[in-house]
Amino acid sequence: MNNKYEMVPTRDGFGKGVIELGRENKNVVVLSADLTESTRANWFKKEFPDRFFGLGVAEQDMMGAAAGFALMGKIPFACTFGVFASGRAWDQIRVSIAYMNLNVKIIGTHGGISVGPDGATHQALEEIALMRIIPNMTVIVPADATEARKATIEAGKMKGPVYIRLGRSAIPVITKSDAPFKIGKSDTLREGKDATIFACGQMVYESMVACDMFAKEGISVRLVNMHTPKPIDRDAIIKAAKETGAIVTAEEHTIYGGLGSAIAEVVSQNFPVPIKMIGVKDRFGVSGEPDELFEYFGLKPANIVTAVKEAIALKR
Amino acid sequence: MQPDISELKKKAVGIRKDILKMLHLAGSGHTGGSLSIVEILVALYFYKMKNDPKKPNWPGRDIFLLSKGHACPALYAVLAEKGYFPKEDLWGLRKLGSKLQGHPQMGLAGVEISSGSLGQGLSIANGMALAARLDGLGTRIYCLMGDGETNEGQVWEAAMTASHYKLDNICAMIDFNKLQIDGFCCDIKDMGPYIHKWKDFGWNTIEINGHDVGAVMKALDDSEKVKGKPTVIIAHTVKGKGVSFVENKAEWHGIAPKKDEYERAIKELDEELKKI
Repeated sequence: MNNKYEMVPTRDGFGKGVIELGRENKNVVVLSADLTESTRANWFKKEFPDRFFGLGVAEQDMMGAAAGFALMGKIPFACTFGVFASGRAWDQIRVSIAYMNLNVKIIGTHGGISVGPDGATHQALEEIALMRIIPNMTVIVPADATEARKATIEAGKMKGPVYIRLGRSAIPVITKSDAPFKIGKSDTLREGKDATIFACGQMVYESMVACDMFAKEGISVRLVNMHTPKPIDRDAIIKAAKETGAIVTAEEHTIYGGLGSAIAEVVSQNFPVPIKMIGVKDRFGVSGEPDELFEYFGLKPANIVTAVKEAIALKR
Repeated sequence: MQPDISELKKKAVGIRKDILKMLHLAGSGHTGGSLSIVEILVALYFYKMKNDPKKPNWPGRDIFLLSKGHACPALYAVLAEKGYFPKEDLWGLRKLGSKLQGHPQMGLAGVEISSGSLGQGLSIANGMALAARLDGLGTRIYCLMGDGETNEGQVWEAAMTASHYKLDNICAMIDFNKLQIDGFCCDIKDMGPYIHKWKDFGWNTIEINGHDVGAVMKALDDSEKVKGKPTVIIAHTVKGKGVSFVENKAEWHGIAPKKDEYERAIKELDEELKKI
């Protein structure tokens, strides 16, 4: 994809982060639903075998067990693929975890179409929507592995349920390991005055490439890494609406109910400006290589460039 | 110390009266499945479990999870009787501003989990049991489910987990009243040789009459003696137990007694009290 950056999957950031947390706090436990290596939960298991619990192919049972651990003062990380975490066990997350505001951290790896050849059943495109509509839930979509490590550690330190959406494929590491990370506080990566792009996950990188293309065209675009779709950074959104007057959202997720919707909810009720949304347009994924699929679903920098121009054209 | 069985029987009748009053005042709620679990709760709270109503979150306590959350009137009545909160609070069941929600919500003293979506309690019990083991705590975890509730697949996922991890600090209990909302369990979705299902899932099983307080007490004692596997107590019960016109009627699953029904029921229970 690019040789300027190191390429690492975001799930590796979780694997590293949870070990660090585990060393600091003996109450950290890790649960897995038979996807221990794929989710990188096995890294923790290797160092802390007594604090790792396999639940088999039983995501609902795993979420319930995680709730039980949390009720006894533990900090459980429940790990599986995003489709199963957010969909298969949704009611367990709603009732057994979020309703009690329990300190459970849900790790949903293999999010988005970047899962690749496994196809639609395994490409989670709905998790941001499914998780953010549940009261008490925090939802984080790290932009790269470095941020995923920090998100894991910060999630472990805060009280309450958190869903972290991670990916399978190696993607560019664009954030610095010493850059500050605060849940709910977005990071402005590029300043600009003509429009603002709000992106999360891998789309932050895609948007950076888009921004480089704008520089050549004399368009000044702000880029914000909105790593926390919930609680959303309202101030940054309203500020962008006021100062740049046009917004583009970019997510590897359905355009319904995800980051774009979350931002539109804030913009429309506070300072309405045109918004264009980049995402998967109300359909299921398909098999293919991640890069091909980004092209196929219109998630490439060129698509972002077009959307930004359209948003600017809609300004009154 | 062995409590006086006839005292516990009287307590059970008193709890039934409280349940009916709560439901009557609320005007809605689950009568049948609340009345069927009274002796089970009485044996747990007034005989078996280590707990302290003055310190509901005392770390040394045993834990009771009402997985069949719709039967919460029975739990609330027992908790009030035990002294977790004033009895007057019972009469606010299901009313706006009351902590006595239509299905249990954490935050009311003595309520260990929010529940109401069926099939989730045993998984929570497993997590608690594993955590207790990790910390070297002697906590015992009791989880009460309905027989209809065990239609839920999650129950069997959890049953496998408990036996895989040899969670002998868990005692599951089934309110085996043979009825669910739509009718008789065997007509809705026949679960076949029920006790064998649990045996096949690796559980120690005990089968009792769930309205015989002494039998429930003995089963709870026996459950503690079995090591290396979880125990399930299958308690044969009667849905709506104690009120003749409610007993064994599926239609009484989710309705509350009206004034005349309430008065007739109390009359029957007062008669019962005289016989003890």
